[in-house]
Amino acid sequence: MFPDVIDTKILRFWVDDGLTWVVRYWGDGFEAAAYPLLQLLISIERFLLWLPWWFIIVLLVGLAWLSTRNWKLPAVVFVGLLFLGVMDLWEDSIKTMALMITATLTAIAISLPVGIVMSRSQPFRRIMMPVLDLMQTLPSFVYLIPVVMIFGPGKIPALIATIIYASPPLVRLTDLGIRMVDPAVMEASRAFGTTPRQRLLGVQIPLALPTILAGVNQTTMMALAMVVIASMIGAGGLGYQVLQGIGRLEVSRGLFAGLGIVVLAIIFDRISQSFGKQLQARIGMAEKRT
Amino acid sequence: MSQREKYAIEIKNVTKIFGPDPQSALDLLKKGKSKAKVQAETGHVVGINDVSIHVEPGQVYVVMGLSGSGKSTLIRHVIRLIDPTSGEIYVHGTDVLGMSLPELREFRRTRIAMVFQKFGLLPHRSVIDNVAYGLEVRGIGKQERRMAAQRWIDTVGLSGYEESQPHHLSGGQQQRVGLARALSMDTDIILMDEAFSALDPLIRSGMQDELLKLQAELNKTILFITHDFDEALKIGNRIAILNDGAVVQEGRPEDIVLNPTDPHVEQFVADVNKARAIHVHTIMDVDVSESCEFSVPDTARCEDVLPLFADHEWVGVVDSEGNRVGRISARRVIKALARYHKAVTTGP
Repeated sequence: MFPDVIDTKILRFWVDDGLTWVVRYWGDGFEAAAYPLLQLLISIERFLLWLPWWFIIVLLVGLAWLSTRNWKLPAVVFVGLLFLGVMDLWEDSIKTMALMITATLTAIAISLPVGIVMSRSQPFRRIMMPVLDLMQTLPSFVYLIPVVMIFGPGKIPALIATIIYASPPLVRLTDLGIRMVDPAVMEASRAFGTTPRQRLLGVQIPLALPTILAGVNQTTMMALAMVVIASMIGAGGLGYQVLQGIGRLEVSRGLFAGLGIVVLAIIFDRISQSFGKQLQARIGMAEKRT
Repeated sequence: MSQREKYAIEIKNVTKIFGPDPQSALDLLKKGKSKAKVQAETGHVVGINDVSIHVEPGQVYVVMGLSGSGKSTLIRHVIRLIDPTSGEIYVHGTDVLGMSLPELREFRRTRIAMVFQKFGLLPHRSVIDNVAYGLEVRGIGKQERRMAAQRWIDTVGLSGYEESQPHHLSGGQQQRVGLARALSMDTDIILMDEAFSALDPLIRSGMQDELLKLQAELNKTILFITHDFDEALKIGNRIAILNDGAVVQEGRPEDIVLNPTDPHVEQFVADVNKARAIHVHTIMDVDVSESCEFSVPDTARCEDVLPLFADHEWVGVVDSEGNRVGRISARRVIKALARYHKAVTTGP
């Protein structure tokens, strides 16, 4: 056995007591701060549930058509959505979709600026890299407990846990996309007397957009991957069905809801990827430049 | 100061050292240590070593050197894409190094335009928006800048490609966009960093001809960087040859061809088409008493008069007003072309 060097009990007390203190004195503040997030989630959920089912099908099939100009993907999307409806999973799917959309939107709002700052500041990048590694490798249950303690069970901790889990790829890909912009183009832009802001908005972000979009795609997928865990702390939706399936040993319930998650993943993955490819083709990254 | 304003671009004793502590390396260099020695002792790379260049308004000034000679580093100093370790840089008498950041931006927006070896076009914008880019940065309205851009697109022969994306164009066409983008800035100085080096030889030659034609109309000051000695001879009014970060010879093209002062320059001259480099007026007879049946302008080069000797023993040379300034014979041309070869074959 490794010899006892220090008494870890004290360390653990510090952490536990510290958290209790935070929950007692700052809990309300945190909850108030997260309130807009909850509002966003609820409005999106209500809006999507208010839309007629056929409208959502038309919308997603239309998007699929716009992204590929081909009948294959729209057909897949159509069949997938029919499956959700026929299997009585429609409302749960919409709830999951709302959670995923809210988490993705919030992740974009946070990750984009962070990624941009990382691409321009080496010190900040050096600090953020291990933080991102931590966010991606730390088992989600580890931060799920304190988040639930602070916010109480419900939609907010589920949302926050999803955002923590789903943000890192977007931050990384934003940073990478901006740093990979052709230095020759950047130099030419500088030679014409542009300000750093003009270069960021006019050159770097447009040229990094395909990479950033790949990050958004990753974030969407990771948010979907989180729904089962998120449902444990009160997120509802398809994940909750899976959870119930496990709890009641109803294999069919778990299987169908699980397939529903797969359907959502396929729909959003393929549509966002196709838009990314379109964008790449437009700026000539898909073909090799001569 | 008045002396200073005479030049469009003046680069004075510029040294650029790359590394974490360039000043200490500079001190060593100033104490007379060689570039190689400084690099061995401090790990600093001397990019440019005490280079001075004067470019007069309306000149096409070519800086020629092989890769690693520091020529691309040098041209970037003129608009401070790179800051020198020591030295002075003036553009029309204005101290470029003394400019604040906003002043520098204004200077880049309004006084100098640049053409790049790798084109540096914005791949997400159409050709016309690329050409209008400099004007857009300058803050000119969409209507006006597009009209100006259209004019230069027509001038460089890209009419009909306005809405194309750059990556759908060939290399030569892309560089025409780069050229039009620089010309649309309407600056009197243009920097060209190996502008034609990435193009196929035939396209390159065509672009050189077009640049000369444009220059005859526009009379800009052009600082042109190249690694191609033939290109330097073809388009340059003056040439500076850079080797290892220092100027080894500077002068008119024919002076360099006829009198290379450095072994490094001799190597270039040995392979060069001298008939193209030497102007007839530098080797003609100034005797104007004899009449000649046929005359060439004094801008003609040896290669232009060679075919005429098939029918004429003497060819007259006239200035731009048509006055006879001299005459030239085949014998003289042959002598001029052969002189250098002899020096090489009997040399040590």
